[in-house]
Amino acid sequence: MAVATNNDALLEVRNLKKYFPVTKGLVLMKTIGYVQAVDGISFSIKQGETVGLVGESGCGKTTTSKLLLRLENPTEGDILLEGRDINTFRGAELQDYRTTVQAVFQDPWSSLSPRMRVRDIVSEPLVVNRNVTTQEKNERVAEVLQQVGLHAQQATNYPHEFSGGQRQRIAVASALVSYPKLIVLDEPVSALDVSIRAQVMNLLKDLQEQYNVSYLLIAHNLATVRYMAHETAVMYLGQIVEYAETEELYNNALHPYTRALFSAALPSHPDLIREDIVLQGEVPSPINPPSGCRFHPRCPFAMPQCSEEAPVEKEVSPGHRVSCHLY
Amino acid sequence: MTAVQTATDTILEVNDLKTYIFTRAATVKAVDGISFNLRKGETLGIVGESGCGKTMTALSLLRLVPKPAGRIVEGEIVLNGEDILQKSEDEMRDVRGRQISMILQDPQTSLNPVFTIGNQLREALGIAHRENKSSMLSRAVDALRKVNVAAPERRLDDYPHQMSGGMKQRVVGAIAMSCEPGVIIADEPTTALDVTIQLQYLRLLKEIQAETGLAIIFITHDFGVVARMCDRVAVMYAGRIIEQGDVRDIFSRPAHPYTQALINSVPKLEQSVDRLYSIDGQPPLLSNLPEGCRFAPRCPYVSDQCYEAYPSSYQLDEGHHADCWALDANWQGTPIEEFVPPTGTAG
Repeated sequence: MAVATNNDALLEVRNLKKYFPVTKGLVLMKTIGYVQAVDGISFSIKQGETVGLVGESGCGKTTTSKLLLRLENPTEGDILLEGRDINTFRGAELQDYRTTVQAVFQDPWSSLSPRMRVRDIVSEPLVVNRNVTTQEKNERVAEVLQQVGLHAQQATNYPHEFSGGQRQRIAVASALVSYPKLIVLDEPVSALDVSIRAQVMNLLKDLQEQYNVSYLLIAHNLATVRYMAHETAVMYLGQIVEYAETEELYNNALHPYTRALFSAALPSHPDLIREDIVLQGEVPSPINPPSGCRFHPRCPFAMPQCSEEAPVEKEVSPGHRVSCHLY
Repeated sequence: MTAVQTATDTILEVNDLKTYIFTRAATVKAVDGISFNLRKGETLGIVGESGCGKTMTALSLLRLVPKPAGRIVEGEIVLNGEDILQKSEDEMRDVRGRQISMILQDPQTSLNPVFTIGNQLREALGIAHRENKSSMLSRAVDALRKVNVAAPERRLDDYPHQMSGGMKQRVVGAIAMSCEPGVIIADEPTTALDVTIQLQYLRLLKEIQAETGLAIIFITHDFGVVARMCDRVAVMYAGRIIEQGDVRDIFSRPAHPYTQALINSVPKLEQSVDRLYSIDGQPPLLSNLPEGCRFAPRCPYVSDQCYEAYPSSYQLDEGHHADCWALDANWQGTPIEEFVPPTGTAG
């Protein structure tokens, strides 16, 4: 699964694993198993581009984002930012990393502190990690608020004075204030109303062009990912089952799970209903994932070897990788 | 509003329904004069953004508007030929569950965590059936089997936390259908579910509908769900239905600027779009509605007339009408492929 070092990649993830121990007993805690939340994933994000991560709940999307934000330490594998392993960062280097990588979360009602003014929320990444004067801080906040479509005067307001779409703009402003190189977008629009979603998605696209910032977009809505992402990874039970450029993936999905996801995605017109694979059952537990290919119990094309042997990732066309015995 | 004739197969007819919420500060016009009808075996989608009055409409149909602040102030709800607004609270108990029932959004909160599934199912079944314990038990097993719960005999003793989200929502469905109502209101039943589980659930509802001739009112903000499930659509904005019609008419020839904008602002799975159209601004507060058309401040085709009076309804096709001054009786429709959205700004 070794991926050739990509020179233009901003961030590279190599064979990343995160296992959470499952323990039993109170005093003499015994580890009785591991939740294999992320199990050997590799991908890279280019400067100024977006990688979409799709999959159902429990597939490891959020754990991946936490590992990238260094909120969790990986069990195995490397995350390289411009060629340097982020897990070796300490002290000043780590502080610098924290301003380089930022996040925007799903729910702008819970991600913004209700007791802080917008100015303090937005400038927090600067104040905590960099030495800035009050004047520099205020100027930067005013600038970034205007860039996300708010007024500089609104810096003194509290979050409750804003609507959902505006709150998400505040969250975006806070992520942008320190000129990050990468922003992790964890379901950035799914808590917003339909007519507001397009506003925020367009804003994110515009800012990407303006700042040349990279995004890791975590979403379950395939249409959102198609609109935002340059490359898309499909995850199932902690593993990337298919990875390709977005247009390639959407026109030529190969893995049965990817095809099932597309079938389950809702059509944009009643005449476009296409359900070639309808999955039965639910995602199995990541504590005891199925043997061989993890998708085999739900796969309509499962063959005898699928339950015995884990498929090896294959590059079927340049940049299009799939892990399935069918290919 | 076109006059709705009570056809023989019409199961529910709503005429000029108004539900207001009276607070000390203001009167919130949550539902402000809506009319629609529903035929047997039909699925009607009510689409709109949050705060447009979708859920209040649903609660009004069950006469469960929160009291004392909320009140149905005007209109008729004719269910199976009788106006339920004329019924007493005792009579309503026979209507709820047996004639009309509801599936809520989040199965986690609509099931009671301290009772078993079997217990909650038998309670619902007990509304219509008073039988001995063993026959109630077999009815509960049948109800679970109908919603494709595997090994229903064993599942009866489970508590809600022992089931997955998809399973719980099936149980909620089984409870809603336990007294064989003619109408079910599904209020965003799949938003809490994963996509592959959502598809399973939507297909299940369709199967049950085909078997039993159930009429479903689907309340959602997701046009994808509408495209997948519904026969007809009513689009709500700020307490009113601004456009309704056959699902294909709405998707192919949306007439109201709000419907057009909404459909255009959703990213498409099937094609890549360079830039999404986005509607500026936000919906008005229901406590402080503008005179005239409620969409006027956000509308790209706005004229002076729009601020003066609420637009009259134009019949566009059989059963397809929209409330907009920009339309006229000779409207021919704009196919969505040709409909070029006015250049929007992301703000």
